[in-house]
Amino acid sequence: MEKITKTAGKRRPLEYRDSKWGYLFIMPMLIGFLIITVLPIIATFVYSTTNKNMMSRTTDFIGLGNYIKLFGDKIFQSTMLQTLEFTVLLLPSNLILTLALAALLKDKFKGCGFFRTAVFTPVVTSVVVWGVLWKYIFQTDNGLVNAFLKMIGIQGPQWLMNVDLAIPVAVFVTLVKGLGMNMVIFIGAMLDVPQDYYEASSLDGATKMKQFLHITLPNIAPSIFLVLILTTIGSLKVFGQIKALTEGGPGTSSYVMVYYIYQQAFENYRFGYASAASVILFLMIVALTLFQWNTRKRWIHYEN
Amino acid sequence: MKTKEMTNEQLKNRKIMKKVIKYAVCILVAMIMLFPMYWLFTTSFKTATNVAKYPPQWWPNPWTLANYEELFMKRPFIKYLWNSVYIAALMTGGVIVFSALAGYAFAKIKFKGSNLMFLIILCGMMMPIEVTIIPIYTALSGLKLADSHIGLILCPMFGYCGAFGTFLMRQYFLTVPTELIEAGKIDGASQPLIFTKILLPMAISSISTLVIFSFLQSWNDYLLPLVLLSDSTKFTLPLGLSLLSNEDGMKWELVMAAATFSTVPILIVFYMCQQKFMESLSMSGLKG
Repeated sequence: MEKITKTAGKRRPLEYRDSKWGYLFIMPMLIGFLIITVLPIIATFVYSTTNKNMMSRTTDFIGLGNYIKLFGDKIFQSTMLQTLEFTVLLLPSNLILTLALAALLKDKFKGCGFFRTAVFTPVVTSVVVWGVLWKYIFQTDNGLVNAFLKMIGIQGPQWLMNVDLAIPVAVFVTLVKGLGMNMVIFIGAMLDVPQDYYEASSLDGATKMKQFLHITLPNIAPSIFLVLILTTIGSLKVFGQIKALTEGGPGTSSYVMVYYIYQQAFENYRFGYASAASVILFLMIVALTLFQWNTRKRWIHYEN
Repeated sequence: MKTKEMTNEQLKNRKIMKKVIKYAVCILVAMIMLFPMYWLFTTSFKTATNVAKYPPQWWPNPWTLANYEELFMKRPFIKYLWNSVYIAALMTGGVIVFSALAGYAFAKIKFKGSNLMFLIILCGMMMPIEVTIIPIYTALSGLKLADSHIGLILCPMFGYCGAFGTFLMRQYFLTVPTELIEAGKIDGASQPLIFTKILLPMAISSISTLVIFSFLQSWNDYLLPLVLLSDSTKFTLPLGLSLLSNEDGMKWELVMAAATFSTVPILIVFYMCQQKFMESLSMSGLKG
């Protein structure tokens, strides 16, 4: 795309002047980026091989010691499992609901703008506001959910204080917040599917459902793949909701990756140990990103 | 659609039925999405006794402003608002300037190593702050800058927001015909002049997308202020809110007032230009 080498010989002086401006223009972003993003990533790797601790003020090289400790740590194991549970619960429900919403709201009809805006509203709110609001709604006494249940004669559970319910509730809260985002991506993709496909198939007598399965889905496959990867990365990074809803509790039953990192680093001051957990998170995200790299071309053109 | 013959009365009826069902589903969905917001707003105007009532009070009676009064008079929420606004504004400003410059250079100026440098910045879009937060904290506290707003401004600016901005601006400038720049050069204009006078005004749509994206990121940022700030007068709105909700003897009506207060500004802007909002956030698909 950006390889323009045709007039190489002709305008040497002008081009020389240009390349000077080129370097000057990218310099602030590049230098800032190297210092604020690249350097800390390297530092995270270095820290992860030390026992750096803000309380005891030690920084000794301990090789892979943190990683060995980490994989033997029962809490870290359950943190990984809960992160997995979160992802596994969120992914299919998010995909099915956002596809359905996109199919419902993609065509222009009276009020479709209002409905789209309604679904998108939670995307704009901050995770803290959203988390605190749902903590209020899911309260055991006096929460809206349990008040509803009480009206129909059911004693509601202690949603956020129940070991088995904390993660599913957090998934639900995250799900509702994120629907609008993926819906908008899917609507964009669905509107890109050539209209003649539908016309041709409806002449052949295909039903709406058949059209959706055999025309829409295959044609928006790249977007579905993109959304799956992004949602997975998003659920690996989930933090704000958990902090606001449960503080990782009850006990450690809703600890997820970033919460664990936060807790180890900024409550226990075990910076080296927490860095090792960060490196693992980093590697998982890189793996997913590389996996997505193959389809990059297909979604970049959609962005224009 | 037009090709379908509507001679049959049954067909017509079926169409109406379908429409009714469609609207019913849409309205149901909208209610589920908007009800939490309604509950948030109304609770913030209730009195303490009414918040604790069963069955729940669907409409505040009486309405009270006492919660907001406490937020503004007894607690520094006006200060938090100011902190949030100016941090987001500076961060957004920086993102616009630096990523427009870099995006233009990557798209339209030939120089050695540009592809490699672009690739490095592109990778940055995938790098979440969660991974780099520990060294950022130690570096800033080593410089005695942890408990300040500098980190909150610079980290997103030269992190995911800046990386996304550079990518977005480059994508836009690639679509600008090179002849336009050549023409400027022949007229003797220098690169900075071409950039500021010709290209920047053309990119206004991409820039506004980036403004929305960056401002929202900064406004809603939570992990970074949580880790960096300790002086409570320096807090941002999300941090002030989370502090309030973790207090002993926390009052829900007060928490809801604080949540409403930190949501309303962004919601007003959102409802004013929701088309642009949705576009800019879906384009950014890369945010987590």
